[in-house]
Formats: sequence, C-alpha cells, structure tokens
Amino acid sequence: MTRDTVYLDYNATAPIKPEVIEEMTRVMRAGGNPSSVHAVGRGAKATLEKSRQTIGRMINCRPQKIIFTGGGTEANNIALKVTGIEHIILSATEHDSITHIRQNFPGRVDVISVDENGLIVADELRECLKNASKNTLVTVMLANNETGVIQDIKTLADIAHEAGALFHTDAIQGLGKIPVDFRALGVDMMSLSAHKIGGPQGVGALVALEKIDIQPLIAGGGQEVGRRSGTENLAGIAGFAKAVSLVPQNLRHMDFITTLRDRIEQEIGAYASDTYFYGAGSDRLPNTSTILMPGVLSETQVMAFDLDGICVSSGSACSSGKVKPSHVVSAMGGSQDQALSTIRVSLGWKTQEKDVESFIAAWKKLYDRKRRSL
Amino acid sequence: MSSRPDLKLPIYLDYQATTPLDPRVLKVMMPYFTDKFGNPHSTNHTFGWEAEAGVELARKQVASLIGAQAEEIIFTSGATESNNIAIKGLAYAAYPAKNHVITVATEHTCVLESSAALQRAGFEVTYLPVNAEGLIDPDELARAITPKTTLVSVMAINNEVGVVQNLKKIGEICAARGVSFHTDAAQAAGKIPLDVNDMHIDLMSISGHKLYGPKGIGALYIRRNANVRPLALFDGGGQEGGLRSGTLAPALCAGLGAACQIAAEDRNKDYDHISALSKRMKSTLFGALSGVYLNGSETRRYPGNLNFTFKGVKGDLLVKELRTIAISTGSACSTEKVEPSHVLTAIGLDKKQIECSIRIGFGRMTRLEEVDYAADQIIRTITKIRELL
Repeated sequence: MTRDTVYLDYNATAPIKPEVIEEMTRVMRAGGNPSSVHAVGRGAKATLEKSRQTIGRMINCRPQKIIFTGGGTEANNIALKVTGIEHIILSATEHDSITHIRQNFPGRVDVISVDENGLIVADELRECLKNASKNTLVTVMLANNETGVIQDIKTLADIAHEAGALFHTDAIQGLGKIPVDFRALGVDMMSLSAHKIGGPQGVGALVALEKIDIQPLIAGGGQEVGRRSGTENLAGIAGFAKAVSLVPQNLRHMDFITTLRDRIEQEIGAYASDTYFYGAGSDRLPNTSTILMPGVLSETQVMAFDLDGICVSSGSACSSGKVKPSHVVSAMGGSQDQALSTIRVSLGWKTQEKDVESFIAAWKKLYDRKRRSL
Repeated sequence: MSSRPDLKLPIYLDYQATTPLDPRVLKVMMPYFTDKFGNPHSTNHTFGWEAEAGVELARKQVASLIGAQAEEIIFTSGATESNNIAIKGLAYAAYPAKNHVITVATEHTCVLESSAALQRAGFEVTYLPVNAEGLIDPDELARAITPKTTLVSVMAINNEVGVVQNLKKIGEICAARGVSFHTDAAQAAGKIPLDVNDMHIDLMSISGHKLYGPKGIGALYIRRNANVRPLALFDGGGQEGGLRSGTLAPALCAGLGAACQIAAEDRNKDYDHISALSKRMKSTLFGALSGVYLNGSETRRYPGNLNFTFKGVKGDLLVKELRTIAISTGSACSTEKVEPSHVLTAIGLDKKQIECSIRIGFGRMTRLEEVDYAADQIIRTITKIRELL
C-alpha cells in the first residue's frame, strides 16, 4: 500500500489509534490470564476490570452490565437469543448479524419498514407491539452502517417498554461519531464494537441490564459472570477501553468531519444533477455519505476508485464477494438499479481535506467517463 | 530468602493458563494494527486485500502445523468457542438421525458444559472414565459407540495433569465406526506432533494464547470431506464459510499463524528444553522432600505440565506463600469455584489429596535458573509449612 492511499471506509473498519496500540502492546507484554489467582493473574484481572470501568464511565452504565465478546456480531447474536424470547421485531435496515434471525428464529418475527429517509415508522412499531409480551424483543440500530441515519432510539424504546417488550439497540456505528449514553437511550441491551472507533478488531461488548437472562452462546469456564466463556482477549479489551476513552476527542473532531462530508455532497450534487444522497434528509452520522451514480454498478465504481488509490465501499463489508443490491437502499424506496449503483463513503479520525478532494475529483472523472460511454 | 538479582520476579510457571506472547509473534502482528488495518471482508479495495492476504497466510500456517489444508481451518475467538462449535454444532447437525455424543470425564470445562447443554436439550452423552494415569481405555470407547453416536470428543493433552491421550488409536476406532472425532488440542498444538490425517481427526480446536500467540483468537479444523459439518453458533455476515460470522481480526489471525509457524520450526528444540526443565524440577523436589506424588501418567505426559500432591500441604496456602512464583492449583477457568478438581477426582484422588495439589507449568521462555530458584522456594516453603503443622 502506498503512503498516499486515501482510506474512506471507516464504517467497515477504522485505523487503530497509536495510543491504543501502545496500551495493547503493554498488556500483551505483561501477560497473564485474568482467571489465575496468582500475582500475574491478578494484574491481568485488574486490567480487565479497569477496562470495564472505563467503558462503563464513558457510556454511562454500571460496569457489571458490560459483557465482553469477540465482536459486534456476537454481541448482536447474544441479544437475540435472550432466554424466553418468542417474538422479535426488527427494522428493515438492520445489519446482517440481526437480519439473519428472519431465517433462523423458531418464533414470530416482524419486520418494520423505514420511510424514504430511512427512519422507522413508529406507528408500525406500535401496531406490531399490539400482541407484545415480556417475551417480545424489539431491535433497532442506533445509526445505520450504510447510510448513517440515526433513529430516535429513546422514543422507540419507550414505545416498546409501554407494551412490555424488551429493547435492544445495535450502537456499533454510533459510538465515537455521536454521543452514546446507555441510560439516556433507555434501552435494555446495546451492542458495541471496538474496531469501528480506532480500537482493535476481534472485540466487542453487549451492555445488558442485570435482570436480563443471557443464554450463553459459548459455554465453558464461566467467564463474564457465566455469560460468555473463554479466556478474555485482554489486550483487545484494554485496547477497546483505551479507544472508548478517546471518544470525546473523536466527537470534538466531528464538526470538521461534517464539513468534509458536506463538501463532498455539495460538490458532487452541483456537478451531477441525477445523483442522490440516501439519508441526507434525516439526522445522520456526520461521517457517512451514501452516493448514487445512476447507471454505474457499485462494484465497478469501487474498483475504479481503487485504481485511483481510494478505498470506498459498496455497502456493508460483511457481504464478502456477494454482489447484491443494498437492502438498506431498497428499504428506503430505492429501485433495484439504484440499490446496485450506490457506494458508501465514510470518513474518520485521520481523514484530511486533500483526501476528500481526491475523492471528489475521482468521482467526477468516473462520472464523466460513464456519461460519454452511455 | 535467597536474593537473585539476575531473576525477574515473580517467576511465571503457569503456562497452561496462558503463555507469554513470543516477541516474534508481536512483531508479525504490529503492521496489522498500523498500516494494514483494513477489514479483511472489504473485498473491493487494497486495504481489504492486504488484510485478507494476512488472514489467508495465517490460515495456511495453522493448517500446516497439523497437516491440514488451509480451507479446512476457520478462525474463532478462542478454543472455548471452537469447542462449542465442534460439539454443539456437530450434534445439532446430525440430529435427529443421531443423538449421542461421547466425551471424557477429564475434559476442559467448556467441553463438559457444551455436553451438559446438549443433555439439557435431550441428547445422550457418555462420559468415559479414565484410569489412575488419566488415560481412557480405547476398548471402552469402542464399546460405548452406538449407531446413534455422532461424535467422540477427547482432548489431546489434559490442561490440569498434562497426560497425552492416544489420539491415533482413538481416531482409528472412530474412523472404523464412521463416527466423527474431535480433539481439543488447546494445550497440545505446537507442543507435540499432531497430524489430522495420520490420527484420523475430523475436528480440532486450537488456542492462540496457549502457544505463545495472542489471546482472543483460536481456530477450528474441520475435515473437508467429513460426513457431517457443524452448524454455526451464531450468524451474521456469513464469514468463515458461514460457520463463524463477524469481522475477523487480521492482527490476531496473523499472530496465531506466526505462533503456529514458530511452533512448527521450534517444536523439537522447545520440547528438549522443556523436558530438561521438567526433569530438573522433578528430581530436585523428589530428592529433597518426602510425601511428593506426581499426578497422572509419567510416561504419556507433556513434560511442561507437572501436577504434584504434597502430602499435608494445602495447595492454595502454598500458592499464596510462594509470593515470588506465579503457579496455580489447577485450571484458571474455574474462577473462584470451590468444588474440587474434576480431573483429579476422575484419576482417583480423594478430597484431601486434591486440596494438597498444585500445577507447575513450564514453557519456551522458562530458564533453568528460574526452575532452580522455584524448586528451592517450593522446598523451603513446604518444609516451613510442614514444621508448623
């Protein structure tokens, strides 16, 4: 990779921050298994619990509510498999780690639609909740990974609670980009991931109220108070905590990121009248732009940008190799062609003015070339 | 207390709980934290490709350590997850045609807990006993297999007593009877020769942090042409052939790969070094103390694990008094559990003997001077405790 590669795919993964690497290196060198009772083990245990406290403080929850996992996908899966759940309500724009439940759940699953701005239709949620019980779980992501659209989680959680249901939010993309406060959101469970905020890959967390009966997906030595077994990824967890402690710094940087993102949309919007920015009409993450280039397949676009040294994405990075229309764009009313011709640009802590300029120039170049050949 | 300025205290002798990270492994991991930080599933740009290339190299390195093919390896968050996928995933995949699983009384807690979860769901589980050496009787295994048996799960090296089961013999029995054979090789991979074809192993669990690699990563080997493939424990982006969703951590994968490659290169050297340390510890302790018993087979044993009973000396007291040595009374997983070790119970120790047992673990980084210092401290402390009784 050359030094001047432009990385604009922060929603897939963000570069790790140097402070995080430093902390992880320290922990890896110190060694120890947090479950061992000797001095080395106690040192490891102290690191583990200090990390839990740091994260608890930053996201405003008691540390005991935090269950460390192998990542956001696992956290979402644990949330869906809470003991006794018989009915799940999810939005149409959730991540794959939630939507798979439509195929795999033995009970009832309801999918609520979103409007053209990507926002949940609250009345539809109320309708689905008519037969709700304490065995109903509602899951809605805080901020969408493809469009950055932010849901009004507090209101939705209140609606769910009035009907007696549990509420989970996937806050993986929200953390580090907008304030995330567990108590203020009023949810029962919340999923987080480290590598979207400059922490390491391979670690995440489910924050869950103590009253919730978590059914362990991974059984064994009984770590994480029996809710997730396996020797803790200690360096990863310490790196996660360090990255979370740097979130205020991220958030202060978001004003600048917003100006960069808005500049992309203004310049491209002014240049091409037939383009469209999904989610631009709603409250959304300051770093994300989902851009339609009509008639040009997103796969082609991504490849062309790559040849120009720019990394962007055709949507979620999870659907490895699968060329399929974005389910998020489709849910927002986009046609099949539009859903196949949209790319996601996501900025982050290292993004600079010149990166955005390179992207805009490359976008215009590709647009012109395609216009000519049409 | 003898003063040893050349020794860094405390001395770590708990290699079964976790091993120090080999600095060579850390060096391989670092670029994936800094320059090559991409999401390995971003298949459309350079950062993604670079990360993916690191993951795929690591997959080859893991495979090559155990005589497997790269496409037969999936990455997990650790051996606990690998064991859960292998046991629960396979049992459910074969259900309801088959509903019986065979394992051993001395397995790691995560295997026993996975089996218990299957029992609660209505499966039959047979727990084979072990003899005083800690070994199963292959004939008894053969007798336990029924037409309803899906899986036999036997760990390669026991985490508490270090005994090595006869995997080849077990594998032959399973192959002849058409039953899948899984082995938890968390303690064994990279320590003793393992060959999935020679030993007829269909599934094998591997842990990063037990072979001088990082925590938070493991692998599961799944034979390509196996008659049954496990179901996933959880779902999402469909990574790892749908068996294990979630963004892979290239730094951790690369760390595990490097650890496997180093283990493959250094295994004989490591083994000789550790055997020498083990011999020294044993002869020093047996020479200086009476009432010392080695638990588990002496011959079919990984020398890096010595589990002793010191008559009349409570293990937790000894561990506490040995302030400059980090050792343990048994498995690190059983956080603050008070039940006596199920492994020592299974090999026939009574409650009193179990209370007086500790595990001493050596590894690649242990030095002879450290063993001598530790042996000296153990002898002094035991003598002191016995005098007070």
